[in-house]
Amino acid sequence: MKHIKTLCGGVLKASAAKGGCGECQTSCQSACKTSCTVANQKCEKSV
Amino acid sequence: MVHTFKIKDTAIAVDVASGAVHVVSDIALDIIRQFDEKPGEDCPDWLFERLDSYPMDEIKEAYDEVYQLCKANLLYTDDAYAQIAAETRKQPLVKALCLHVSHDCNLRCGYCFAGTGNFCGERCIMSEETGKKAIDFVIKRSGKRRNIEIDFFGGEPLMNFEVVKKLTAYAREQEKIHNKNFRLTLTTNGVLLDEDKLDFINEHMSNLVLSIDGRKSVNDHMRKTVSGEGSYDVIMPRLKRAAQSRNQDNYYVRGTFTRHNLDFCADVLHLANEGFKQISVEPVVGGADCGYAIREEDLPLVYDQYEQLAEEILQRNQDGRRFNFFHFMIDLTQGPCVIKRMSGCGAGCEYVAVTPEGDIYPCHQFVGNDGFLLGNVYADDYSAEKTQMFADANVYTKPKCAECWAKFYCSGGCHANAYQFGGDIKAPYEIGCAMERKRVECALYIKAKNAE
Ligand code: SF4
Ligand code: SF4
Repeated sequence: MKHIKTLCGGVLKASAAKGGCGECQTSCQSACKTSCTVANQKCEKSV
Repeated sequence: MVHTFKIKDTAIAVDVASGAVHVVSDIALDIIRQFDEKPGEDCPDWLFERLDSYPMDEIKEAYDEVYQLCKANLLYTDDAYAQIAAETRKQPLVKALCLHVSHDCNLRCGYCFAGTGNFCGERCIMSEETGKKAIDFVIKRSGKRRNIEIDFFGGEPLMNFEVVKKLTAYAREQEKIHNKNFRLTLTTNGVLLDEDKLDFINEHMSNLVLSIDGRKSVNDHMRKTVSGEGSYDVIMPRLKRAAQSRNQDNYYVRGTFTRHNLDFCADVLHLANEGFKQISVEPVVGGADCGYAIREEDLPLVYDQYEQLAEEILQRNQDGRRFNFFHFMIDLTQGPCVIKRMSGCGAGCEYVAVTPEGDIYPCHQFVGNDGFLLGNVYADDYSAEKTQMFADANVYTKPKCAECWAKFYCSGGCHANAYQFGGDIKAPYEIGCAMERKRVECALYIKAKNAE
């Protein structure tokens, strides 16, 4: 495509089906902890 | 929902529900901005009028590309997760614990949410027995979940290091018996971080969080010793040593910026120049009347700082001085599932804090707030009912989040901030949101630039 370059495709929908196991790390977002955008975490199944 | 933005010459379109991210030309950007919903196959005539600065054939060409993405479910996709959100978390299990091993601190930081370490109560430390009870509690409440996190927190946890050691041994012993995997972390201001403690920490802790705000003048303005002197000279060599001893990985230096150092980009770079590779610096949380909280009028400056920082990171990625800025790290393909992304920190259901007295609170930020007391580790009175309000909090039950394009990157913000500012855990703190959205934009911008 000339006008659009896709950086990443749609990953969320598929993740809904296989997700929710809850084994991943918790992610506090406050300034006093390792605060974060949740999106920088890894899925436990992909590590 | 599609969110578009431009940083410098890079235009980006985010398809919120699918998670797709596109770098787009100026024409494509302007076209996308004309539509709230999925456009049809044929380019409408009014589009040529509205975008009359572009040649018609270019508009047609770009429109067709936009349409192709819609067809491929990569743009204007429907958000169908609300139902999933309602169904999850019905049985909240506790899987992470913040252990306040010391409600005492050897620093007196100006912005400390814990009221200089004691959480506005007695200065006291956790006994081994209470710590063990807390570990028993999480084992009992975690059901089938195997991975359990325990963060040794404070006040300052190194002021009660003997108990940290004993509880570490206890966790290691219990995880075998109950088939759990404990991940231990520790958060410290570094003042007492000597070689012995560091050896122990490196052997047992999967992550180490080290507090420092950046430049000496900035750090010392807020982070003072009990006698009122700056802490920078004491902690800096220790933190450097700690970072090196962990091979510059599995740790963070973390700082807080306030409206006294709105030029915080310089603080991040200071830490990077001092050799730290894992850096987290972020806005303070404080009431509107505290004097140091970020105000709405500060936002343009804050945005500008984040953009400057993004440029600097791109530059350093190339010239070998690479470092990670925690808040710009986004994993576009391997990140957590959407279920995790819609429910966030899990405070009050998956995550709780335990005080030296054994009291259980939704998280460290709620400690001392009686209305949020969930039970005590000695009393077996913890009820999932009390935690329902937290279990129900997700990006669909928070009205502002439901409308927010950044929801799957942010996951709904901090309940404690929301409560502190608006009295409602489901009403996020606006200024924090504005900064969060800017950070996500910068993170995506960095991804786009790196992919060029
Ligand atoms: S409520 Fe805020 S401070 Fe508490 S765990 Fe969640 S993000 Fe962290
Ligand atoms: S930025 Fe604010 S409104 Fe958006 S998802 Fe996060 S907390 Fe909710």
